[in-house]
Amino acid sequence: MIYLTLFLTFLKIGAVSFGGGYGMISLIRETVLANAWLTEEDFLNFIAVAESTPGPLAVNMATFIGSAQAGFLGALVATLGVVLPSFIIILIIAALITNLLKYAGVKSVLQGIRPTIVGLILATALTMFVTQVFGFTSVGDEFSFDWKALVIFAIIAAIAILWKVFKKKQFSPILLILISGGLGIALNVI
Amino acid sequence: MQKAKQCLKLFLVMFRIGLFTFGGGYAMISLLESELVSKRKWVETDEFYNMVAIAESTPGPVAINAATYVGYKLAGFLGALAATVAVCLPSFVIIFIISLFFDAFLSLKYVAYAFDGIQVCVIFLILQAGVKMLLKLEKSVWNILVLISVVACMVTLSVLSIAFSSVWYILITAGLAIVLYLFTYFHARKTKEKGAEK
Repeated sequence: MIYLTLFLTFLKIGAVSFGGGYGMISLIRETVLANAWLTEEDFLNFIAVAESTPGPLAVNMATFIGSAQAGFLGALVATLGVVLPSFIIILIIAALITNLLKYAGVKSVLQGIRPTIVGLILATALTMFVTQVFGFTSVGDEFSFDWKALVIFAIIAAIAILWKVFKKKQFSPILLILISGGLGIALNVI
Repeated sequence: MQKAKQCLKLFLVMFRIGLFTFGGGYAMISLLESELVSKRKWVETDEFYNMVAIAESTPGPVAINAATYVGYKLAGFLGALAATVAVCLPSFVIIFIISLFFDAFLSLKYVAYAFDGIQVCVIFLILQAGVKMLLKLEKSVWNILVLISVVACMVTLSVLSIAFSSVWYILITAGLAIVLYLFTYFHARKTKEKGAEK
């Protein structure tokens, strides 16, 4: 039953995604690809939408996928699923163990998984980059080089890095999305 | 009555925060700080930072965690419920409406062209988020070792198209961290005892 699947899938995502926002990217990507809920491209399109609309990425993702798979009720159960673990865990902490972070054991586990989260994000970005630019996902795939993607990536990266170096500020991600959209149109029309 | 009023106030504040937080949890923290600490003085500065630490280190979106925590502290269970629903509601409504039209929107030629570029940009944004976290990471043996193994494993398995959930990476490193912690804990106690005997 789709509602139950959606609920349980997002419950799992809500329960194990540490590190907020992009911390759950790898898990959401695996899940939507494995269930054939979205293609890799749909997934990227939607992250852009989630990034340019208000609200937590995970909630946006759950609402969108739930709605696309099973309408309003689907959106509702998926969102409920992704929020519920946080809600329960935080309630327990707020009510019972306010000094949770003072325990050395808890601290060492939380610090211990930090490099894993970073690794998951980096590996996901790397895999997506290779898929997008070289059209290669796994053994057996033909390489097909997409020079447009590489050009856009280089321009976007240059803008963001130069801005960071000279202005000491992060370039707005929404503006970056708009610029890349313009570049996408320009390169496709030429 | 007092409580119902408090819940309503919480709901309105959190709704506004949910509506204006672009770019996810971390962007929300500064907004929360100005609303809850500076403007309304609902939470003390110290408690606020303690709350942020908890919200960041527990699973789930930082925004939801922070809303639940603040709501509970101010008005108990109902407060937590009101705050959490309020912070999710704007995204839910906006994204639901977008989801109804997204396919039609994407079938426009120039929109599809634009999204060709945007897809690349999103990959860059993910990479940027990863690199930012990488730079903040302490350069300890554990961190470097775990990071390299996770990236190597994940890329290799993905190339061989072997399914292995991200959940396992998290659970395995958490398990190893516990073992390491217990080991150093008991080791330290043992050497302490030995020192005391002498």
